[in-house]
Amino acid sequence: MKKLGFLIITLLVLGAGCKKAEDTFLDKKPTNVLLTDQVWSDPSLVLSVVADLYDRIPQYQELEQYWNFADFDDAFPSNYGDYWRVQNQTYGYNDWSLWNYDYIRDINLFILDCKNATQLDSADRKRFLGEGEFLRATAYFDLVKRMGGVPLILDTMVYNFSSGDNTAYLQHPRAPEAKVYDFVMNECDSAAALLPNDPTIKSRATWGAAMALKCRAALYAGSIAKYGATTPSVMLPGNIVGIPADQADHYYQIALNTAQQIINSNEYSLYMKYPDNLSKNFYELFLDKNNNPEVIFVKDYKLKARTTQFTVQNQPHSLTEEGAVSGFLNPSLNLVQSFEKLDNTFAPLAAKDASGNYIEYNNTSDIFKDRDARLAGSIILPGSQFRGDNVDIWAGYMQPNGNVISGSTFGAQGTLPGQSTPTQVVGFDGPVSSQIEHGTQTGFYIRKYLDPTVGAGGIGTGSDVWWIRYRYAEILLNGAEAAFELGQNAAAASYMNQVRARAGLTIPLKPSDITFDRIVHERRVEFAFEGQRFWDMKRWRLAHVVWNGTKTTLSTQPGNIYEPSTRMWGLWPYEIYDPGNPDNGKWIFKEVIPGPITQAHQFRLGNYYSQIDPNTIAANPKLVQNPNQ
Amino acid sequence: MKIKLQYIICFLAGMTLLASCKYDNYSPPSSKLTGAILYKGDSINVSYNNVAFQLWQTGFGKLTPINVTVDQNGSYSALLFNGDYKLVFPAGQGPFISLIDPKTNSDTMLVHVQGNTNMGIQVLPYYMIMNPQFSVSDSTVNATCKLEKIITDSLAQDIQSVSLYLSKTLFDDSRTSVSTTNINGSDIADMNNIALSATIPAMTPTQHYIFARIGVKINNVEDMIFSPVVKLEY
Repeated sequence: MKKLGFLIITLLVLGAGCKKAEDTFLDKKPTNVLLTDQVWSDPSLVLSVVADLYDRIPQYQELEQYWNFADFDDAFPSNYGDYWRVQNQTYGYNDWSLWNYDYIRDINLFILDCKNATQLDSADRKRFLGEGEFLRATAYFDLVKRMGGVPLILDTMVYNFSSGDNTAYLQHPRAPEAKVYDFVMNECDSAAALLPNDPTIKSRATWGAAMALKCRAALYAGSIAKYGATTPSVMLPGNIVGIPADQADHYYQIALNTAQQIINSNEYSLYMKYPDNLSKNFYELFLDKNNNPEVIFVKDYKLKARTTQFTVQNQPHSLTEEGAVSGFLNPSLNLVQSFEKLDNTFAPLAAKDASGNYIEYNNTSDIFKDRDARLAGSIILPGSQFRGDNVDIWAGYMQPNGNVISGSTFGAQGTLPGQSTPTQVVGFDGPVSSQIEHGTQTGFYIRKYLDPTVGAGGIGTGSDVWWIRYRYAEILLNGAEAAFELGQNAAAASYMNQVRARAGLTIPLKPSDITFDRIVHERRVEFAFEGQRFWDMKRWRLAHVVWNGTKTTLSTQPGNIYEPSTRMWGLWPYEIYDPGNPDNGKWIFKEVIPGPITQAHQFRLGNYYSQIDPNTIAANPKLVQNPNQ
Repeated sequence: MKIKLQYIICFLAGMTLLASCKYDNYSPPSSKLTGAILYKGDSINVSYNNVAFQLWQTGFGKLTPINVTVDQNGSYSALLFNGDYKLVFPAGQGPFISLIDPKTNSDTMLVHVQGNTNMGIQVLPYYMIMNPQFSVSDSTVNATCKLEKIITDSLAQDIQSVSLYLSKTLFDDSRTSVSTTNINGSDIADMNNIALSATIPAMTPTQHYIFARIGVKINNVEDMIFSPVVKLEY
């Protein structure tokens, strides 16, 4: 009875509480989230919204997805869990697939809110609107380069509850591929007019970033129009996929004009702080956050806030700051031999002479002499240093009869013939033939983006090296490619020579030397491990030619861009053990294929445009699937 | 003691509830649709894992295709529910083009599955490899064949190359071959008399047999057409 009375009283009290505020009861302001008008009253709150949108720019092959660099022929993944990358033959049709309309809706909402915001001052609003448009252009560019033409959704579509099951008004067909590229370029123009033109801003969108995106997009569209003609089956009716060949010059002209606008603005220049050591200069270009004139737009990191594990995972094995973790990406000999010689010629690394005998070198680094400075700036070669310490890359001793004395662990001990005490018979950085992970299996480690700061190689600290999305050298090479395609070889040569001179290739190329092969090569070596090559190979329609699934041997013509390159090769140094003879202690090099590689990569025509998930098509029957799948 | 009884009751109740659960409320598909892709009764040999067609079944809500991959020798099989399906080769699949089906007046075919069903799919290949002959002498495989151009109208395509592939296993094409010989299409003088030879390389472990077949790459067509795989002993 007592209990019942208490219950009644409680209910009455609760009911009385409701009564007064009857009409506003459901309109209470939440205390745990910020509402749209609250956010749009304070620029620092808007900045945190736009920071989230920057963070959600789709990634592939970046510092936080370094493992994807091992998907092609540039690097081998020295990690048990990633050997499948070299043991699968074909790429899935849904690899690189993207349908991130949730992201695009958030950007559309951001732009809508920005236009409606009344409490911000107009300079802030202008900049945020410019950033929103830049991000939307970036998002659509990422979609179009993966999927081809996609529905262009530029408003925040709202579900109409009265329409019930009828959702046809929310279903939009795919726009032609060229139309999406046109949209990206127009959006860049619009954003560029709103954004600050300040080359000291690197991590937020600027005039330079918008123009760089426009330049890249125009170049992609031009090359798809031109080289798409070589793969007529990679097309869809209505040009949803594929751009008519007669549009090529139009897009190349836009790319060239945009590149020239950036070049003539004189806001950016090539990084040249260490002219005495061009390899160091090229390496520092990626690390230097202090007034770096080349960098246009980055994804930045900060110690104690957000860092990457790139250095942790990829540092040389003997110099690791993190015990068992190191040496994931091993650049391939395929890539290493693509770096030119200083006389502008291409040649494989001279491991054997014409009659098939090994060539002897005094030092492990001698075989890499007289090559493009970018080679040592991008890749840790045998006989070089990292963080001020020598790396120890050698595969063992070899006797004149071809016998090899080596070990099965890093820096293993072994007894040489004629000796009684064991000595070290293999490098502490590998390569060892027993396929141990976390050390090099190709004879190389990656240097580009590898942070030499003490502590950057520890999991807890990580590296705050930024990821460069656009830099001035790309503008020059984009301009060179567009000029070449338009028949302006003199302009192409002048742009390309600037980039090449910075790499120590001081003999300028003549206008008549500029060929499509030259441009393809220049981009491969300049942008190695910068996430460019895969998209380049797609737009040039070279991917199915080079990654054709056949188990070929290493190309002997690194200058030929059509040579298949489906497996990563390594170059293992051996010290000659021949006491009493003059060649004792000299080095020879063997071309090897790392043991875990069992398959050759095959890029099929259906991979040029990734698959749209069948469930997406089931939900929107107006969508057409990509060809050849 | 009382508590224990409660536990037992809970346990029994749980058991009873779980016993009413069944793994699934309908039986799995059990009708097998088998057959081969054919041209005039000859099956069309392709490379493994590269040629597929789609089966669509309407009437069950969300419409997504069932992909059926064609085997090396042109055969296929799929485990399905009884019912009516639509069969279509997506554009660009296979070294052939689909015929116009008189019932649908398009390249879509209607398939009725009732129990185990066998159905040959007639298509129109660009070329056929006729009368392939293989022989081994002194660790060299010699092959001859005749190529017949089937599509000769506006859709006709030229030959890019003809290849002889030798493989250690039954899977035999450019991806698995241990020895390959190519002839460019432009170098073919007589399509009725094509001869290729390839050297058998040293193999580890040693085996005294090898698989061979001839493949034809057609311009602007991704998938190649092959002759049947033959096992050669030496």
